[in-house]
Amino acid sequence: MAMLKVDDLHVYYGSIHAVKGVSFEVNEGEVVTLIGANGAGKSTVLNTVSGLLHPRTGSVRFMDQDLKGVAPHKVVERGLAQVPEGRRIFLQMTVEENLEMGAYTQPNSAIAPGIENVYRRFPRLEERRRQVAGTLSGGEQQMLAMGRALMSSPKLLMLDEPSMGLAPILVEQIFDIIKELHAGGTTILLVEQNAQAALSVADRAYVLETGRISLSGTGSELMASDQVRKAYLGG
Amino acid sequence: MSFLNNVITGISLGSIYAIIALGYTMVYGIAKMLNFAHGDVIMVGGYICFFAMGRFHLPPVVGVLLAVAVCTALGIVIERLAYKPLRAAPSLAVLITAIGVSYFLQNSAQILWGAATKTFTPIVGTVGDSSLELIPGQLSISYVAILSIVCCVVVMIALTVFTGRTKMGKAMRACSEDKAAAQLMGINVDATISMTFAIGSALAAIAGVLMCSAYPVLSPTTGSMPGIRAFTAAVFGGIGSIPGALLGGVLLGIIETFGKAYISTDLSDAVVFAVLIVVLLVRPAGLMGKYVPEKV
Repeated sequence: MAMLKVDDLHVYYGSIHAVKGVSFEVNEGEVVTLIGANGAGKSTVLNTVSGLLHPRTGSVRFMDQDLKGVAPHKVVERGLAQVPEGRRIFLQMTVEENLEMGAYTQPNSAIAPGIENVYRRFPRLEERRRQVAGTLSGGEQQMLAMGRALMSSPKLLMLDEPSMGLAPILVEQIFDIIKELHAGGTTILLVEQNAQAALSVADRAYVLETGRISLSGTGSELMASDQVRKAYLGG
Repeated sequence: MSFLNNVITGISLGSIYAIIALGYTMVYGIAKMLNFAHGDVIMVGGYICFFAMGRFHLPPVVGVLLAVAVCTALGIVIERLAYKPLRAAPSLAVLITAIGVSYFLQNSAQILWGAATKTFTPIVGTVGDSSLELIPGQLSISYVAILSIVCCVVVMIALTVFTGRTKMGKAMRACSEDKAAAQLMGINVDATISMTFAIGSALAAIAGVLMCSAYPVLSPTTGSMPGIRAFTAAVFGGIGSIPGALLGGVLLGIIETFGKAYISTDLSDAVVFAVLIVVLLVRPAGLMGKYVPEKV
């Protein structure tokens, strides 16, 4: 059974038809990636799944329950966390406060062990725990954004362009973390422009073009596909 | 000695402005709107306390608590009915609605309680014994002034602890920074905004009672001028900033009192606003705006 099943999703911004009939699914334990150029509708899809945007038609089912009309904060309670594009950490709050916010839906007793966990995975964050998040470097901010999302112990973690604006070495680090999370059993939906990196960690992938899925397959299939190589991997 | 007396008067008046300014600044920080009906909530608080004490002969403490309860509910209802439907509307629409709510409250008060000015009985002190003599015949401080300053300090400390240490308070700060991200954390943004209006309106009730005790006249428009001055104080200190509201409020109270004492009673408002203009020219974000990491 699919953990997340998106079926024939249509999303509009006013009169602009941004997502035109997108269907895909994510099974438990998988890393699935949605790749595509700027403006293809990737973030729109994620934000619709999170409940921040409402589809005109189509459905989103998570753990076999329809998410129609479920408020974004309730979606998080159900075990679906998103690391938004551009990280969107709370810049004026400390690193630790950001993590606490990530655990907002969790019982108080889960906060301290959760923070321990995040610090084990990202020791840099522990060094900076009392620092205001706005003073972190881009890579550290991405780590914080990921750690913050993990604080809700999500069943499914959605990452929106985690490599955006990061130096190559940091991109590598972030993808190593995604591999580790995958190995640990976390189910991940990854949205990326960096197709090469995304396909290298993904079990399955979908290519999104101007609001439609144009191609899908396993990570290695798409890596080998001429269409993908031409469009996203530089020949 | 009159200088020191003026300082005391200024600080106590400023403490009341600061408590009102907190309501403006917290609501602005979270809902990004200027709630011009805030001043009229002060007036409602004043009337509730007036009737509780004057007509039903309840003790002052009960009167204050009733005023707080009614204003808290009023704040939540105003937000739910007037502002929440406009969450996605342009800010100008929200601003005009707020002005509309302000007139609605003033006119409702006029219908319910009449336009005639009422004389408020201060909640502390009596006619013969209204102030504490520090230097007999020269320096004194009224009980209302002491209470105002104490209330302001307590409110400040309570809010600082609330926003800095509690889960709900931190969620408020998160909402004020980035509502979408806050929702992705599982924070109920609507409930948080409601909570902010509740706190702001409860503070308005306290300020209303203090204001009416210090200047014991009460009419349906009692809240509007203090409301505008406190709004000025919030902008002066840096709107969105809690310590800014304190600084702005106290400075405004002192400037107003000094303006009255040394320049001209008629021109005191002109002096206040002239200072505001100069501050905003030099520091457009207000005295503590932008440089304060803790914005609510």
